[in-house]
Amino acid sequence: MAFQPIKFYQTGTFTVGNRLLEADQRSVQANTQRTNSLNSGHRACQGCGEALGARYAIDAAMNATHNQLIAANATGCLEVFSTPYPETSWQIPWIHSLFGNTAAVATGIAAALKVKGRHDVRVIAQGGDGGTTDIGFGCLSGLFERNDDVLFICYDNEAYMNTGVQRSSATPPAARTATTMPVGPEPGNVFGQGKNLPRIAIAHGIPYVATATVAELRDLEAKVRRAMEIRGARYIHIFVPCPLGWGHEAHDTIRISRLAKETGLFPVFEAEHGEVTSVSRIRRKLPVADYLRPQKRFAHLFGEPARLDIIARIQAVADRNIRRFGLLEEEVH
Amino acid sequence: MDKPFAITLDVGSSLANRTGSWRTSRPVYLDRLPPCNHACPAGENIQGWLYPAESGDYESAWRVLTADNPLPAVMGRVCYHPCEDACNRGNLDTPVNINSVERFLGDEAIKCGWKFDPPAHESGKRVLVVGAGPSGLSAAYHLRRLGHQVTILEAGPFAGGMMRFGIPKYRLPRDVLDAEVSRILDTGVRLKLDTKVDDILAAMREGHFDAAFLAVGAHIGKRAYIPAGTAAKVLDAVSVLRGMEGEERPMLGRRVVVYGGGNTAIDVARTAKRLGATEAIIVYRRTREKMPAHDSEVEEALQEGVMIKWLSTIKEAGDASITVEKMVLDDKGFPQPTGEVETLEADSVVLALGQDVDLGLLKGVPGLEIRDGVVQVGPEMMTGHAGIFAGGDMVPSERTVTVAVGHGKKAARHIDAWLRGRRYTAPARHELATFDKLNPWYYSDAPKTVRPTLDILRRQSTFDEIVGGLDESNALYEARRCLSCGNCFECDNCYGICPDNAVIKLGPGKRFEFNYDYCKGCGLCAAECPCGAIAMEPEKI
Amino acid sequence: MLKQTEGSRGVAEAVALCRPEVICAYPISPQTHIVEALGEAVKSGALAPCEFINVESEFAAMSVAIGASAAGARAYTATASQGLLYMVEAMFNASGLGLPIVMTVANRAIGAPINIWNDHSDSMSQRDCGWIQLFAENNQEALDLHIQAFRLGEELSLPVMVCMDGFILTHATERLDLPTAEQVDAYLPPYEPRQVLDPKDPVSIGAMVGPEAFTEVRYLAHAKQMQALELIPQHAAEFLQIFGRDSGGLVRTYRTQDAETIVVALGSVLGTIKDTVDEMREQGHKIGVLGIVSFRPFPLAEVRRILRHATRVVVLEKSLAVGIGGIVSANVRMALSGVHLHGYTVIAGLGGRPITRKSLHKLFREAERDELQQLTFLDLDWDIVHRELEREKQKRRSGPIAENILRDVGTVAARAV
Repeated sequence: MAFQPIKFYQTGTFTVGNRLLEADQRSVQANTQRTNSLNSGHRACQGCGEALGARYAIDAAMNATHNQLIAANATGCLEVFSTPYPETSWQIPWIHSLFGNTAAVATGIAAALKVKGRHDVRVIAQGGDGGTTDIGFGCLSGLFERNDDVLFICYDNEAYMNTGVQRSSATPPAARTATTMPVGPEPGNVFGQGKNLPRIAIAHGIPYVATATVAELRDLEAKVRRAMEIRGARYIHIFVPCPLGWGHEAHDTIRISRLAKETGLFPVFEAEHGEVTSVSRIRRKLPVADYLRPQKRFAHLFGEPARLDIIARIQAVADRNIRRFGLLEEEVH
Repeated sequence: MDKPFAITLDVGSSLANRTGSWRTSRPVYLDRLPPCNHACPAGENIQGWLYPAESGDYESAWRVLTADNPLPAVMGRVCYHPCEDACNRGNLDTPVNINSVERFLGDEAIKCGWKFDPPAHESGKRVLVVGAGPSGLSAAYHLRRLGHQVTILEAGPFAGGMMRFGIPKYRLPRDVLDAEVSRILDTGVRLKLDTKVDDILAAMREGHFDAAFLAVGAHIGKRAYIPAGTAAKVLDAVSVLRGMEGEERPMLGRRVVVYGGGNTAIDVARTAKRLGATEAIIVYRRTREKMPAHDSEVEEALQEGVMIKWLSTIKEAGDASITVEKMVLDDKGFPQPTGEVETLEADSVVLALGQDVDLGLLKGVPGLEIRDGVVQVGPEMMTGHAGIFAGGDMVPSERTVTVAVGHGKKAARHIDAWLRGRRYTAPARHELATFDKLNPWYYSDAPKTVRPTLDILRRQSTFDEIVGGLDESNALYEARRCLSCGNCFECDNCYGICPDNAVIKLGPGKRFEFNYDYCKGCGLCAAECPCGAIAMEPEKI
Repeated sequence: MLKQTEGSRGVAEAVALCRPEVICAYPISPQTHIVEALGEAVKSGALAPCEFINVESEFAAMSVAIGASAAGARAYTATASQGLLYMVEAMFNASGLGLPIVMTVANRAIGAPINIWNDHSDSMSQRDCGWIQLFAENNQEALDLHIQAFRLGEELSLPVMVCMDGFILTHATERLDLPTAEQVDAYLPPYEPRQVLDPKDPVSIGAMVGPEAFTEVRYLAHAKQMQALELIPQHAAEFLQIFGRDSGGLVRTYRTQDAETIVVALGSVLGTIKDTVDEMREQGHKIGVLGIVSFRPFPLAEVRRILRHATRVVVLEKSLAVGIGGIVSANVRMALSGVHLHGYTVIAGLGGRPITRKSLHKLFREAERDELQQLTFLDLDWDIVHRELEREKQKRRSGPIAENILRDVGTVAARAV
């Protein structure tokens, strides 16, 4: 585990806070002094997972760096909803350059800070899955390979949402997008090998790689904190549901995240220097159908007739994750 | 910094964009009624007192608790805790052991010598309470706290009523009872023992009482006709249990047969065991499922070696044996004789067939209605005679300590209002916090702590209290298992998970507020509130 | 300090004297020698403090420079040809954000067909990307322009591209006067960014701007380049004072005083043109030369002032706007709006084809006789062109043009069946 779970008895380590905790055990988000790095007034949709994930992560990083933080941001929802002239929601030094170059911009910032001897100021690059796994991948891989002192955070909502929900290389099999319509014998996105960027990041052997969801704040914060303790290239991949693009209720953003983890479809783990060091176990294992059903992008799997064959293939993906990462094994202390 | 036009912006400027205008429904904080509170016959605010207990503030917890019930140490032992049956935690693992936390708080109060606050003002009104049982004590306590002069007249030699004369010591040690009674008396309630009221109107006149609360217990054991030989020793359960409080313990013999199926039957059988009976057999007409005694008590009795003959009636009692007839249940569930008989050796037969109330004091009171051996009362606990209220075993109701305490509180509120020439209207009840209103994901797995129980040999031979209390860490653990159904417990979830930072945290004990300037109405806060303390309401157009 | 050295190395030394703080490099000919030299200087510690970053593409190179510049560092990179095109998106971004990055473009042709030799197609393709473009005539000027570029860019918060002809300059070894560190320090103050990413004073850089303000933002970019028109001559004058050398400026004239024919050009070809002009002057031709140093901003007024008294203008340029003709000449004509004179566009030296004095003599004489086509391709082999056009007319699938031409020229003919 990334952190020592605290037994609240009442609410476990799952709630944001708990009045019974010591100050140093509280989450950053529970604190009234949190930075609100991404402030109110942003134009994200109702229930936006990315807005939530970004505030979680950047607030945690601000906390870990004593507010000595600069962020570079890829083009995409996060950029568009946060900084339409004349208003910005960011409370930190922040730059948006292009869609595909965020990692390189961050490398440049880190290089400038190094030259200027500002070792206290840390750099984060962030973007959606498109800006990370597709168009931004070249620069990101370069950053990893050079081990530049940047934390790259991918807010993965599994498609190009800003442009109207087109497929990305992070779009899961069978999902409906504007470019993978649920028509024909193989409706929705293809069953490919996928492009699992956390595993690709691990293959680069960088000092730190982690995945997280917006459903487990304390885990997410611990991972950001851990990342900020390390120098060099670091990567955190955060699962952020998109109510609009996925077709689920705005109030279900966190529940969907939870289901992604509990079904095994989104493994939550950490790796250091190329090796998986911890895995967040499934608490109550659920079938993938529980995750798929509330999302309209998978509605074609539950029509008449239901595509049990496709659901079974998705279940196989989850089962492989569970085996690969040992998501169901007992915690070893 | 001289910022380039439009490309570079001042931080935080988005506050000018009031996204609250997007909203079609709005979240609101509310308190829902926790099922434990809903189920409590004494009307305790259980969630309310578990809350301070969770942080180890036991005195505050005790004060919240005793705002409704002055007898927590007693109740923590004898209550059949319907709250736990209702507890939502039962859907997760096991219900919160509310009863044992209540007992812990009660014991802690006795240990620490916590006292009730004296009344804030004196009303100058005088109220007579007849009977120092749970209902009378409860009424006296509440009336006193409301500023009235209260006098209890008790026919017996001790306070406690059926708590003393009906519940064995092994379930309720007397020092506990005495401590809680004397704390009530410390508030200025006057108690006169060995003072039987024969004429309530006369008693009120003589004492210049403005109102009376009648809380006479059901101390008269019901008899059933059983042909019995002259040498046969046939006793009634109430007398046996009352006898336990006297100098001389009842002589029941080695083989004791108890007739009946209520809690009293169980109490007597277990008492007989402790008095040295080698055999204590309960004879009951119907089956275990139909038995009115509480299952936990039946279970404990069986563990202690009490035997139960199901589907049996006593046909005849001889001097050293009884004849028992087998019964069968008909399709309506009523027992019917089979004609098949057997003989059991018995040194004594104890009848535990229910109790009646001595209503002699009501003679000549105009306006009263007595039906089925109890006095009828209105929704305000007032009898047909203005100014005379009644509760506990005297009125139609389940006869438990908890119900009686509840009657006392309820009656006290109405008496208080009546004395002031007003009507008491209970505040509107909140919507029930049913399990579907919760988000149980957030509660960690924590099954209930089992109270230590006295080992079986000691239980069979002594009157030591058989169920122990929780220690401090157990009690804390148990308190923290509370889901706080329907009531914000400041877990910070809404504050943390709002994508629009539209929740304002007001600080410890002050809960939260919504910032409707920015709340877009996504409903995540309501969906992710563990305890169901947020509801979404359609926005008015 | 005088030194016999390669153009690339000279530029590298001049850049190093400007104390860049972040240098990002991706290899592409013919700029490689510049960043190789700088990389060595950083690694050895001779240039410090400075971060030299080997990136994975030109797109990343420009992006690293953007990040570094936005964080307040003096940033430099170099590229050419395909590399320049690969970083185009980031170049627009750097200028849009007003980041004073300096970049050397070692001018080279753009494929297909792939060609590593010199012409101006690469930087001309980026004439509208918002960068200042300065063209060096020789290695000394290339070296000097880099020093001026940092000064100019940082004063205006605009990126500057110093264009020097690939191979012709970058790989030519000649005597160069290298300035001293004191001189450069006296001329170039430390970088004080107009906006900077700093936790002490956080800002959001790179907002999304809609129709309500976009035109104003674009106009302001234009206005800044107009300011450059005033600054460039001032900077050149100051440069002269400190370094004792007349370098830079908006344009340079050569024997234009009484010229009836003025040849307009950019870059190293000016040398050959001047030699040709000298020879023609000796023979009594009234011909002169206008060299354009600052192509962006384009000095319309200066060009007009110099050319308006001539009878004809020959714009000789190393790039082709396919489908219309000249790029530089279109700009020159805008300067001459309303002025009646003969104007000729000559496309020359594409893909490294030598521009010889012999060809220029013939060309300029035809011009003087006004026998020149409005659009002329210098030394074009019409036979080859006609043959290919004929082939295409006859046969739909006539094969790749480049291969066909090479076969015609005879290079691969020996191997053909």
